[in-house]
Amino acid sequence: MSNKKNWPLWEVFVRSKNGLEHRHCGSLHASDAEMALENARDVYTRRNEGVSIWVVESKHITASNPENNGELFEPAQDKVYRHPTFYDLPDEVKHM
Amino acid sequence: MNNNLYNYILGIADNSLILGQRMGELCGHGPTLETDIACTNISLDLFGQVRSYFQYAAKIAGDGRTEDDIAMLRKEREYKNVLLAEQPNTNFAYTIARQFLFDVYHLAFLSELQNSKDLTLSAIAKKCVKEVSYHERFSSDWVKRLGDGTEESHLKMQEAINDLWTYTDELFHQTESDKVMIKEGVAVDTAKLKENYYKQVSALLEEATLETPESKWFQKGGKKGVHTEHLGYLLADLQYMQRTYPNMEW
Repeated sequence: MSNKKNWPLWEVFVRSKNGLEHRHCGSLHASDAEMALENARDVYTRRNEGVSIWVVESKHITASNPENNGELFEPAQDKVYRHPTFYDLPDEVKHM
Repeated sequence: MNNNLYNYILGIADNSLILGQRMGELCGHGPTLETDIACTNISLDLFGQVRSYFQYAAKIAGDGRTEDDIAMLRKEREYKNVLLAEQPNTNFAYTIARQFLFDVYHLAFLSELQNSKDLTLSAIAKKCVKEVSYHERFSSDWVKRLGDGTEESHLKMQEAINDLWTYTDELFHQTESDKVMIKEGVAVDTAKLKENYYKQVSALLEEATLETPESKWFQKGGKKGVHTEHLGYLLADLQYMQRTYPNMEW
């Protein structure tokens, strides 16, 4: 197994029974997509966590740079009017 | 007590118990973290199946013994598993070959056991067949990966298949109890599974660029309690706690 260090990294997304969307739950190593899916099944759904799995090779994820956090995220901090909190909801309206 | 039914259940359960113990040995020792967990999951599936079988066997025995007593407190000659199940984890190729050669049989066996006239056995089979479908997928997949992998993995996979081949025929042997149970519509007539088994195994080996061994000389004895030298050591591990601290619970 001298090649195991060369197995690429994969990110795993699992959709739980109650949830609507897939959520990132961790990463693992596998030689290809099929093995990544099976490994994900064994590593991340053994306690009945999910009904669907996505795997994507980590290198295909483009991530924002933490150094740019200031310009990316701080401008949103003082724009409270972007939240829909300035009107009253009638009591009859549920699940909002 | 129905001795034939009791013996028949033990024959099925011991295969899962001993193979489960072998896979469990890899806990913390698998070649990668991911395969380690996969092997341990298979082990836990098998132990879960074993519990259902032994609970049923304990009920049939009706002599006060529990599922744990039956699992832990028999002597080597009283275990009726096939020799294949007890073969050691020589290397990962052996682990996979053993699992694959057993899984193909196990899946066909459970598919048939679902039709048993014994409702408990048929219910257990219905639950187990999904687990074992995954085991078979996992082990077949790895046979292909290793067989059709590197030169080294191919050699090791072929060696493991060649070495374990001699234990495959015993999967289809029938004890006296098996025969009585087949007549009563409780047991699976394993003789009928044999042709398809070898066809299926050969087809997958071919896909994995491996050769199907031609040897027609087969080992047997496990189903009668005559085991290879490996079982004693395995039982020493398995039974250690109950032998050292009798009646211990936790």
